[in-house]
Amino acid sequence: MTRSSDTHGSPRNDGNQHNGSSHDGGNAVDSLRALLAPTIDTRGNLREIILIPLAAVFMALLIGALIMMATSVEPHIILRSFVAMADGSVGSLNAISETLTASIPLVLAGLGIGLAFRAGLFNIGAEGQMVVGGLMAAVVSFSVTGLPMALHLPLVLVSGLLVGGLYAAIAGFLRAATGAHEVISTIMLNLISIRLLDYLLRQPFIQKEGRSDPISKAVLETAELPRLLSFIDPNLRLHFGLFLMLGAVILIYWLLYRSKLGFAFRISGENPDAARYAGIRAGLTIVIAMAIAGGLAGLAGAAQVTGVLGRATPGFTAGIGFDAIAVALLGRSHPVGILLAGVLFGALEAGGRQMQVDAGVSIDMISIIQALIIIFVAAPLLVKRIMPFLFADRPKEDADHG
Amino acid sequence: MNIELRGISKRFGSVQANRNISLDIRASEVLGLLGENGAGKSTLMNVLSGLYQPDSGDILIDGTPVRFDGPGDSIAAGIGMVHQHFMLVPVFSVVENVILGVEPTGSADFLDLAAARDQVQAINARYGMDVPSDVLIEDLPVGIQQRVEILKVLFRSADVLILDEPTAVLTPQEVEAFFGIVRALRDAGKAIVFITHKLHEIIEIADKVSVLRQGEIVGGGVPSEFSEADLAEMMVGRPVSFSVGRGTATPGEDVLDLRDVTLVDASLEVRLHQIAMSVRAGEIVGIAGVQGNGQTELVEAITGLAPVASGQVMFAGTDITASSVRQRHCMGIAHIPEDRQKSGMVSAFTVAENMVLNSYYDDSVARGVQIDWHRAEEQAAAACLKFDVRTPSVFLDAGGLSGGNQQKMVVARELERGVRLVVASQPTRGVDVGSIEFIHKQLVACRDAGNAVLIISSELDEILDLSDRIYVMYEGQITAEFDNSSSQADRGAIGLAMAGANRTAAA
Repeated sequence: MTRSSDTHGSPRNDGNQHNGSSHDGGNAVDSLRALLAPTIDTRGNLREIILIPLAAVFMALLIGALIMMATSVEPHIILRSFVAMADGSVGSLNAISETLTASIPLVLAGLGIGLAFRAGLFNIGAEGQMVVGGLMAAVVSFSVTGLPMALHLPLVLVSGLLVGGLYAAIAGFLRAATGAHEVISTIMLNLISIRLLDYLLRQPFIQKEGRSDPISKAVLETAELPRLLSFIDPNLRLHFGLFLMLGAVILIYWLLYRSKLGFAFRISGENPDAARYAGIRAGLTIVIAMAIAGGLAGLAGAAQVTGVLGRATPGFTAGIGFDAIAVALLGRSHPVGILLAGVLFGALEAGGRQMQVDAGVSIDMISIIQALIIIFVAAPLLVKRIMPFLFADRPKEDADHG
Repeated sequence: MNIELRGISKRFGSVQANRNISLDIRASEVLGLLGENGAGKSTLMNVLSGLYQPDSGDILIDGTPVRFDGPGDSIAAGIGMVHQHFMLVPVFSVVENVILGVEPTGSADFLDLAAARDQVQAINARYGMDVPSDVLIEDLPVGIQQRVEILKVLFRSADVLILDEPTAVLTPQEVEAFFGIVRALRDAGKAIVFITHKLHEIIEIADKVSVLRQGEIVGGGVPSEFSEADLAEMMVGRPVSFSVGRGTATPGEDVLDLRDVTLVDASLEVRLHQIAMSVRAGEIVGIAGVQGNGQTELVEAITGLAPVASGQVMFAGTDITASSVRQRHCMGIAHIPEDRQKSGMVSAFTVAENMVLNSYYDDSVARGVQIDWHRAEEQAAAACLKFDVRTPSVFLDAGGLSGGNQQKMVVARELERGVRLVVASQPTRGVDVGSIEFIHKQLVACRDAGNAVLIISSELDEILDLSDRIYVMYEGQITAEFDNSSSQADRGAIGLAMAGANRTAAA
């Protein structure tokens, strides 16, 4: 309301016009250098990107404490639950291992959602893509035999990735060819995948021999993601997926900000009209973006099956594909942000389990806190209003002679 | 009612948008407020309409200081603003739009539409506005929609009308009619503030003029005492040349040749009907016409954004009818889109990113599958200097630039590579005088370098200024062609063709 809607006269425009006369004077080389110098503006942005999630986490924990108080949990129990949360997430080597283990599928699937989001697509289907990817990985992991690990494991992971990618590409294709919105189609594909999983787990070539309940055969040893810290303690669950996760972060960062394809994604996401005018083929871009997003989710499913679970069971994805939406949102669809957000959610997950054990507070409280974090991150103005001191601008030197 | 602004200052952060501005707005007078984009006109009017509170200075109504805490206060005081972008409900009738928010009610608080209609019609008749009361807004031409906006403020008994760039959306004929209404309002005792950056309009309609530059009043007086050149110099701060100074064209071969091109849109309506036209190397061809007569579709057919139903698009002797946007781009067709914000740029991207928006895949900035951003940034910086794009850095978001600088950025991107045909659609819409001059010079330079240039503009002056040949479009057809190379074509005849006079002759 306080800004005029037309293109002129808004404060920001005026600002750039006045400041902008910088290359009127001076020689051309200086002017070029000035244009290419890093800007101060980005620093302010960076501060906000870091501060808002931190403030959001703090306030979410605070409200979590208030809720516990309102349900007459003793203050010392609340304190103990927070201590347990810290202890269970970062308090020991095992805790850190658990945190990172939990963050691997969150980050992988979150990267896919964030990438799709950058391309202007809302991929709600990570859960389903994880299911089909994980299931495919499981099938390949026990049905292909006689391969050495160096071949078998990559084959398993790639098959999970491919199937997840193909599954998501269905939604992309429907959007591109018929205009069916990907939110609707990915939700439906989620439902299909979950039922498909239940159905297939009872099929003889998948179901574990001698069992009547739906459970797959076990992943062969040659297809297991090796545990990284077993030389210290065989119970530490952190597995090789950690490197898949870090590699994916770097790869997606490169894709989005360095590659031609990623630039096309970002143009399509920010301004589909400009993308069309720039000669970018909208349909193809949508299908490819969805396929990559689904591939990452499929890989997340495969990593979960071969690194943690050792088999596929009904609901083995445990809602990670949905939590990953929150991770992508919290990480502002930036690969590094998603990594940090995924590790935070992994920590809440691991800490929450400890909280339940030590303080007897239900793990549901963790879900509430996660949801609160997302609400605060989605409403940055609210955070700024509640904690204005964090975002107060230092007085600018040039304020008097603008 | 007279309004006096006394020493109004308004600052946003480090930017002084208005500095010590004093204005006299008098009853029965049209005050022209002239200034480039970003000069502070809109800020000043937002202060007057209560959207902003000034940091210092007073607003006096008939000598009494007043304070506006919001738009409601200013409307109650009798100030009415007609925005550049209409704020109408398309599926409501004229009367419904006019009364929205101040509905007259009868017994038991029921809406009294009959009384409302009478009131609206009375205002209508008084100022000769000729607006039908019961037609839906979406069925009315833009010129009439604008009158509905004026009806709205008059219905709220405004004595002071602020008109923000009112002629931007009108055809020459509509402008004439609109000026008639403005004069009728003035003669009825209304005070009118007419905001524009078009000099000839000020000279024609304003009784007084004030010129704003960089937030300050830099001059003013009775418009007839100034020439257009004087006003322009005051507005820009340096002498501005109006005639582009284009030499005689030396046209060569056909670069673009449309052969009976027909285009049908998604709802199966014929948008272009058997268009036959050409643009030669070393020549500027202008397309004149009232907006919405197929110009947009013509550009889409040439640039490959929309498929044609029949006919051929020939480029330098090759049939490109089936070529994609990118293929045509690579062949050397540059496109300056009619709406830069909507389709010509990405506001959230940096200037550097915008500069390679449609060439990022090209070997000039890409290495394999990767974009060489260092090279792209250096090229962008060089292009900013060459095309006078005023930004402190190529790493700033393009959305923060003024309209003129955004447009120069788009022009730079399109012209800074080997092109043979430039399709420039509304190349200077919403752009300040200084940038208009610059962009025009660039287009002429492009022609002189032996390229074909096609300009589509709803500003007839721009077409007449730049073009060597002029086609007039009406209802999806080319209805007239004029030679404009040695002497200027007959403005009146073009105007008539734009209004559809030649339709039968050509059909």
